Amino acid sequence: MESTGNILFSGVGGQGILLASEITAYSLLAAGYDAKKSEVHGMAQRGGSVTAQLRYGKKVWSPLIEPGCADIQVAFEMMEAVRYVGSLHAGSTVIVNTQRILPPAVATGQTAYPEHLLDHLTALGIRVVPVDAFDLARQVGEVRTANVVMVGVLSVFLPVKAAVFAEVIGTRVPERFRDVNLKAFEAGRRVGA
Amino acid sequence: MTNVKDEMLWMSGNEAIALGAWEAGVKVASGYPGTPSTEILENLCRYEGVYSEWAPNEKVGLEVAIGASFAGARALATMKHVGVNVAADPLFTASYTGVGGGLVLVTADDPEMHSSQNEQDNRNYAYAAKLPMFEPSDPMEAKEMLKAAYILSEDFDTPVMLRITTRVAHVKGIVSPGEKMVPKVEIGINKVPAKLVMLPNLAKKRREVVEQRMQRLRQLVETSPFNSIEPGDRKRGFITSGVSYLYVKEAFPEAAVLKLGICWPLPTEKIRQFAAMVNELYIVEELDPFLETHVRAMGISCHGKDLIPAIGELNTAIIRGAIDPTSRRPGFAPVELPPRPPNMCAGCPHRGIFYNLSRMKVFVSGDIGCYTLGFLPPLSSMDACVCMGASVPIAHGMAKALGEGAHDKVVSIIGDSTFVHSGITGLINTVYNNSASTLIILDNRITAMTGQQPNPASGQTIKGEPAHALDIEGLCRAVGVKHIFVVNPHEVPETRKVLKEAIELSEPSVVISRAPCVLLPEMKARKAVSYYTNQENCVGCMACIRLGCPAISWASFAEGEAERRGYKKGQKGVSKIDEIICNDCGQCASLCKFNAITRKEEL
Repeated sequence: MESTGNILFSGVGGQGILLASEITAYSLLAAGYDAKKSEVHGMAQRGGSVTAQLRYGKKVWSPLIEPGCADIQVAFEMMEAVRYVGSLHAGSTVIVNTQRILPPAVATGQTAYPEHLLDHLTALGIRVVPVDAFDLARQVGEVRTANVVMVGVLSVFLPVKAAVFAEVIGTRVPERFRDVNLKAFEAGRRVGA
Repeated sequence: MTNVKDEMLWMSGNEAIALGAWEAGVKVASGYPGTPSTEILENLCRYEGVYSEWAPNEKVGLEVAIGASFAGARALATMKHVGVNVAADPLFTASYTGVGGGLVLVTADDPEMHSSQNEQDNRNYAYAAKLPMFEPSDPMEAKEMLKAAYILSEDFDTPVMLRITTRVAHVKGIVSPGEKMVPKVEIGINKVPAKLVMLPNLAKKRREVVEQRMQRLRQLVETSPFNSIEPGDRKRGFITSGVSYLYVKEAFPEAAVLKLGICWPLPTEKIRQFAAMVNELYIVEELDPFLETHVRAMGISCHGKDLIPAIGELNTAIIRGAIDPTSRRPGFAPVELPPRPPNMCAGCPHRGIFYNLSRMKVFVSGDIGCYTLGFLPPLSSMDACVCMGASVPIAHGMAKALGEGAHDKVVSIIGDSTFVHSGITGLINTVYNNSASTLIILDNRITAMTGQQPNPASGQTIKGEPAHALDIEGLCRAVGVKHIFVVNPHEVPETRKVLKEAIELSEPSVVISRAPCVLLPEMKARKAVSYYTNQENCVGCMACIRLGCPAISWASFAEGEAERRGYKKGQKGVSKIDEIICNDCGQCASLCKFNAITRKEEL
């Protein structure tokens, strides 16, 4: 691959975005790519909207994705799938966990949670892959593996073999959660396929 | 710090700096947590043979490092950009004394203010304090430059600064481990008062030495491999440093580049040589026109801040678009969405205090920490926040300006870590110069905002080992505060009564709000019993909603729904607790007058 691939992770602080982006980064590295990942720590993590940017290719210079250049967005929450539309282009793929987490203005009844959110994306020629990651994670027996379900879906769109991901997951999560995470990964792959 | 393949690590800039410090043979490291610098010491404390600590503030942190250097050890101080303001006093004079063992100060700047109150450019400190400064572009360079900084520090008898920014500190990239260095200086006591006692007459001599040192450094930077000309298309030439270099390489891969790994002092001959090589010279740097100002002072014409923004972070698109406006592509317009600002966690003890303040008519002089989020709606109860520790003197100054009868108009609010950092001297002043303001100390036992680092009031060290826990009440008493109250902030109405009593006093008072941060491991490990809404009893008064807790949401009734469901006519809705998010603090239950919120175990 000559050009640089751009993956944007978005969601709400505390959803396990950092682990998901780490598993993806290690898998790309294991497949022989150069990679850079940019995160924001500190105040934004307290329940706010968060992102991680992952770039991979033969040689990666900038750690930041240019506006309009994210090829894939992995969104852990519906509204956070649409908030960063400026990062996307026609033909981008957005994998979105259909969970809704209410921001303060919605929770306090001042405004409603927007309806038909994903239509904004499809209208722009963006491919949307909805995933009920929470439910799939529940089915494999551990709701906290929703982030690994998302990695499973993402893996289908990346030039890395499933076995490489599986090996990375095996080394990245505590042993007693290994099997359930691998099941979550497989459940995600089935959605993506 | 994890192996990807042999000899290849995947690390953030901060993790790489920790590894670099260990490889450089650093013996003592100190600093104060602050985004984006915190993870350096958090990682370094796990390496064998390095003593690391959290100091109460950045000034102390740098002074500890200076002391270790005087004793011949390689020493490191780390802090965020605004922390260097606090440490500036020792920094400027350590430039005169020079070092024993190598001494490096890492400043982590935050362009774009992701988690900061300003975006000052700390390259200006290198200029002002007459110190050399390295500026890496990525994690690998950060590690290599730190090691080079120790050699430079010892060879030139100078403290050295290493400046990183958020996009170096919190960027992960490939790093390869290197050789462990053996420091040249021996550890021991070396009495050299003429060099280390900065009385005016001695300082005057050292002042001369500093100028001679700068002269020698100017020669060194001309040949340093960290300042390199990368040949290329000479139509446009770029002078750049730090992360901006990466954006230039991506935007203009064919162009000639002069990369300045050492951004102070500048290699003037190399700059002249490069400027003469290229048709048009561009200087690309984040924030201030630091390089540009000095290049222009050399009489060289160039483009810089006439095109490149001086505010916020740069990126590839900004640089390309600034230089080639035709390359700008209109992207997708943003979709209007409810904002999702950061919020205090469910169960956060700060919330109860701010809820009470939001119901009182006082000016709240705030400070730096998670609790600055008390500014946000629905609590909206912070009226000023300037810098670490400022809450206390600002309230005192306001009280003095407002004059008599204003003792109940202004309160200050500060966290435990920030109080120890620089709130204590303000409190001494409040007592000494006698203003009747009330100080609220939010004692959650930890430095929470930056990720739960222990502080002198926590009772543990950076490594989690037991340590003396500062007695905050005893300290307040010792500085002369006669009225000290301790409250449990989760009991909201009780806390309100105490706050009222303290504020109405016509003498200085302190209210200590004591409850641990819910993110502390012991709090996360406990079995939280959730509260739930007994919705039949809910009258829709919204008292709990006004707490702004992420676990509580409002369900509006459709027209006629209230009557249909047996509620009072006109009731607009009911509140609901998300039992997965609830952290068992009980603030909402303490506010509910209708028995609509109950602890799950009381079912």
